[in-house]
Amino acid sequence: MAVMTVAKAINEGLRAALENNPKTLLMGEDIGELGGVYRITEGLKRDFGANRVVDTPLAESGIIGTAIGLALRGYRPVCEIQFDGFVFPAFNQITTQLAKLRTRSDGMLGAPVVIRIPYGGGIGSVEHHSESPEALFAHTAGLRIITPSNPQDAYWMVQQAIDCQDPVIVFEPKRRYWLKGEVDTVNAPPSPFTAQVLREGSDATVVAYGPLVPVALAAAEAAQQDGHSVEVIDLRSISPIDFDTVTASVAKTGRLVVAHEAPTFGGIGGEIAARISERAFLSLEAPVIRVGGFHMPYPVARTEEQYLPDIDRILEALERAFAY
Amino acid sequence: MSGTRLPAAEFESEEIALASAPPGPDGGPDMVQFLDPDGRLNDHPEFGGFSSGTGAERLKALYRDMYLIRRFDQEATALQRQGQLALWVPLTGQEAAQIGSGRALQAQDYVFPTYREHGVALTRGVRLSEMLRLFRGITNGGWDPRENNFHLYTLVLAAQALHAVGYAMGLQRDQAADPTLAPAASVAYFGDGASSEGDVHEAMVFAASFNAPVVFFCQNNHWAISVPSSVQTRVPLAQRAEGYGFPGIRVDGNDVVAVEAVTNWALEHARSGKGPVLIEAFTYRMSAHTTADDPTKYRLSREEEDWHPRDPLARLEKHLRTTGKAGDAFFDELTKEAKAMAVELRRDVQAMQPPGLEERFNTVYAEPHPLVQEELQAWRDYEAGFIGEEETS
Repeated sequence: MAVMTVAKAINEGLRAALENNPKTLLMGEDIGELGGVYRITEGLKRDFGANRVVDTPLAESGIIGTAIGLALRGYRPVCEIQFDGFVFPAFNQITTQLAKLRTRSDGMLGAPVVIRIPYGGGIGSVEHHSESPEALFAHTAGLRIITPSNPQDAYWMVQQAIDCQDPVIVFEPKRRYWLKGEVDTVNAPPSPFTAQVLREGSDATVVAYGPLVPVALAAAEAAQQDGHSVEVIDLRSISPIDFDTVTASVAKTGRLVVAHEAPTFGGIGGEIAARISERAFLSLEAPVIRVGGFHMPYPVARTEEQYLPDIDRILEALERAFAY
Repeated sequence: MSGTRLPAAEFESEEIALASAPPGPDGGPDMVQFLDPDGRLNDHPEFGGFSSGTGAERLKALYRDMYLIRRFDQEATALQRQGQLALWVPLTGQEAAQIGSGRALQAQDYVFPTYREHGVALTRGVRLSEMLRLFRGITNGGWDPRENNFHLYTLVLAAQALHAVGYAMGLQRDQAADPTLAPAASVAYFGDGASSEGDVHEAMVFAASFNAPVVFFCQNNHWAISVPSSVQTRVPLAQRAEGYGFPGIRVDGNDVVAVEAVTNWALEHARSGKGPVLIEAFTYRMSAHTTADDPTKYRLSREEEDWHPRDPLARLEKHLRTTGKAGDAFFDELTKEAKAMAVELRRDVQAMQPPGLEERFNTVYAEPHPLVQEELQAWRDYEAGFIGEEETS
């Protein structure tokens, strides 16, 4: 067991993938000499060379489009998109090409491309650097979407994504890059496409993922002080969603709050609410309540503290659930 | 902003002129041509040495390919008119560009077509009937690209240009890892319309940056559905290569001999590690964009007539006949062969069965996916409910 940050864990995970498979290669803007704007790929070009850690031209569609071609030739490209808000020039390649290649070829071809995207706010940054666009991709069949919330998952998820035969987007919670935790580099955690119960409880369930997992845990702790036993689930996988784990929890607790930074309208929380209302209707004591961003473009940095779901917003949602 | 007012009224009353007039059939002095529209074969100082030959057998083989694919095109158009295909994308007029470039390829090269490259597909050995499966609505692909190194048709224009560059980057790495591999290149096909897409720009930037072994083969057929090529570009498209720092060549796209020679040169350039090449095949879409299109709405019949003397098949036939390289016996035999091919094609198309929706569920992901499995089961149960109703009623 080693203690490391989420950033270092991803770096180590990428290093292991580069060592284990000569077909793995990294591509992205500034990922070579600089090690990426968040230093996630630090030292990897030095150790694996410019042919495997590729500083690309500044063109996101070009990164994903050429990665698809490399994958067709048998490579395992891992693309870094510098910031969440910069993925959109590549949206066409991701949704019309990458996601559909398998079905277009009647299952004959695949493009196991991994796309790493630092996402979410809370870093006081400028426009386009704090967004949570996961729902836009979750809506597209053919993609898988996962998001680690701790160093252990960060280390393993990126490797599991590279091993997956399907294209995988790994949304990395950028404000948690410096979160430290233990990493077991020998024993892998459960499949990245499953949810994990991080804290058991009996009165309500909070589902969160990525950057809001520590917030949800803190809210559950605070609720405990008020006498409420709250279960916390780290969703981990946004596509597919592990509804079995969420359903089992709600069957036990009867109440569900879903929290994410992304706007609630048309979001992952809405999808979970709809599915759980079908699967666990008779167990529910209250409507499923969402906590998330508002229907506005991500606001300016000086207001993001008010915008981002925090402990109080989750507690307030729990209170509303308990009021039924 | 200041209070300056634009002379709006003047703008409204004037049509904004195009940067240049729609180009005619004259490809200009820099266009590489071997076989002129009258069927006279000339040598070319620069590319003459790259032709695979102009002897009777070689030229007859090229003519046969062009003739068969034109007949295939007519047959597919007829099948669409009869409701056997949902849509067809004709290639008439572009046979020389496609057969000439396709016949320059070697087995280890890999092709990324757009959706009109039926002639290239023929040269790669794709079964003609397989090309119709997409247009019959029974698949979005149609063939196994690994069999002939001919990728699936790409309908979101220009996306495939980047795939070709990425594939070429893979070829580069494979070659470095195993120098005994036969040198290979990838080829990105696209048109004058798609040349305006950002992905073509990014593809050329990446190809240049990494010196990728890729040939960009642009068929300038002068029309992006209803918009003339003059709206896409002010300069000959081949000239754009200069801005990226690699060679660009305009070739007479209706001259199969020239296209083959220039493509041979470009592929050798790419395969030998010298980097990308852009070829602009100057040609003309003699037919509609698709069977859903009506060119009488946007172009003059006079323009079509201007291009008719440049028909790629007509000029090679003239050459073969006047030089005695081929006579009636060859052409009669070919007509018979094409007729038999058409009969077989019709039979194959009518025998194609639509797939079930269940098969579509199973092609979305490679690995098990709980949502897809759940929805598939729900759909099966729903369908089974109907069977039950029929039985009880």
